[in-house]
Amino acid sequence: MGSAFSEIVLLSLQVSGLALFFATLVGIPLGVLMGLRRFAGRRLVVALLYTGMGFPPVVIGLFVYLLLSRSGPFGALNSPFVPDLFTPGAMVVAQSIISFPLVAGFTMAAVMGVDPALRQQVRALGADRWQIALMVLSEARVGVIISVIAGFGSIISEVGAVMLVGGNIEHRTRVLTTAIVLETRKGNFELALALGFVLLGLSFIANLAMLRLQGRSLEE
Amino acid sequence: MNAPVYRLQDVSKEYNGRTVLQVGSLDIYPGGIFALVGPSGAGKSTLLRLLNFLEPPTRGSLFFKGVRFDQDRTPPLDLRRQVTTVFQRPLLLNRSVKANVSYGLHLRGQNHARDRTVAALERVRLADLADQQARTLSGGEAQRVALARALVLQPEVLLLDEPTANLDPYNVGLIEEIITDLHAVQGTTIVLVTHNVFQARRLAQRVALILDGRIVEIAPVEQFFESPRDPRTAAFVRGEMVY
Repeated sequence: MGSAFSEIVLLSLQVSGLALFFATLVGIPLGVLMGLRRFAGRRLVVALLYTGMGFPPVVIGLFVYLLLSRSGPFGALNSPFVPDLFTPGAMVVAQSIISFPLVAGFTMAAVMGVDPALRQQVRALGADRWQIALMVLSEARVGVIISVIAGFGSIISEVGAVMLVGGNIEHRTRVLTTAIVLETRKGNFELALALGFVLLGLSFIANLAMLRLQGRSLEE
Repeated sequence: MNAPVYRLQDVSKEYNGRTVLQVGSLDIYPGGIFALVGPSGAGKSTLLRLLNFLEPPTRGSLFFKGVRFDQDRTPPLDLRRQVTTVFQRPLLLNRSVKANVSYGLHLRGQNHARDRTVAALERVRLADLADQQARTLSGGEAQRVALARALVLQPEVLLLDEPTANLDPYNVGLIEEIITDLHAVQGTTIVLVTHNVFQARRLAQRVALILDGRIVEIAPVEQFFESPRDPRTAAFVRGEMVY
């Protein structure tokens, strides 16, 4: 019982952690680009990003399900880079898609909050394009960290997508949220509650970190 | 006379079709303090941005040490890095004072030049605030940090855009003293933009008046103030409106 419990907690952290890693890898550079550059189609991308920030996870789960299923466009490829349905890999794909608009959107907002005149000043001090982007990212650091925490909060507590593409298979794809659904249905309220408190604890820690950072940014 | 550091040929700058600067020819010589005076909106700051390669001219060419800069050509980074600007607003990074001053050195990969950072801070009399956060500084202190951040780079050309506007007399005096010293000791070429004719007279050897984006008169400081050729210059140095 104890090992099954920790197994579930560990898989939740692994799946959401890895998804957050990919979301950050794509989301932060995209957010910086969107915040700094004016290009054709930028408004459309911004609109898509904002839509993505509020997109229902279960619908993302449905899309990923259809894409990865044996008869779907990616599933049919049989590529080693495309994870099978009902594996942790498929769950990571779905959660990456759910969290990356949040990371990119909040990063963009933070970057746009940095005084544009500062970019000119830093260029005058001898910065090249990459150094300017790095400076802006560093000036927007509090907002960027908040974007990552928001991304994490959105996926650790998400149930629809992981249920669809993971399937809640014991010892393989069962995570905190799907386990809570199952145990509640089975009437194992004690276990469901215990899992629930662990999930609450994780969300609480993420939110606490976010509030602390926001508090710091307000003091500044 | 030495070869000019800057040579401008038929340079003009437009924003949205409106010409804000039009300079037929202008040479800036090494080692001097050259002041650009004129009312606000005359194009002084635009010219300074061109001199720091921050924006390309719409037409014409600007030569820096013989290297051409125009609409299509930006000078290489190592040449760009010989010039820096102190703007009217200090625009410090949200870091410690020390980190702000050493920032330009880090950009150049000179990470072990602590002595220069300390020396620059001592020069602007802020060594005791080195570890303080930049956002906690007063306006005058922040502007002195901005100056130290430029000094530490030992630029060949230092561009100053209204560096003492809105500062109290103590800070104005201190900054002017540093500028004079920089010119006398290190022979830095300095281009100073100011709307304050008295400051131009105190600091510069050569002065130019800019009105509506055009250079009205360039002259040695004595002549500019004592016997200007253009009646608009005469009016401007007397403090009259010349719009």
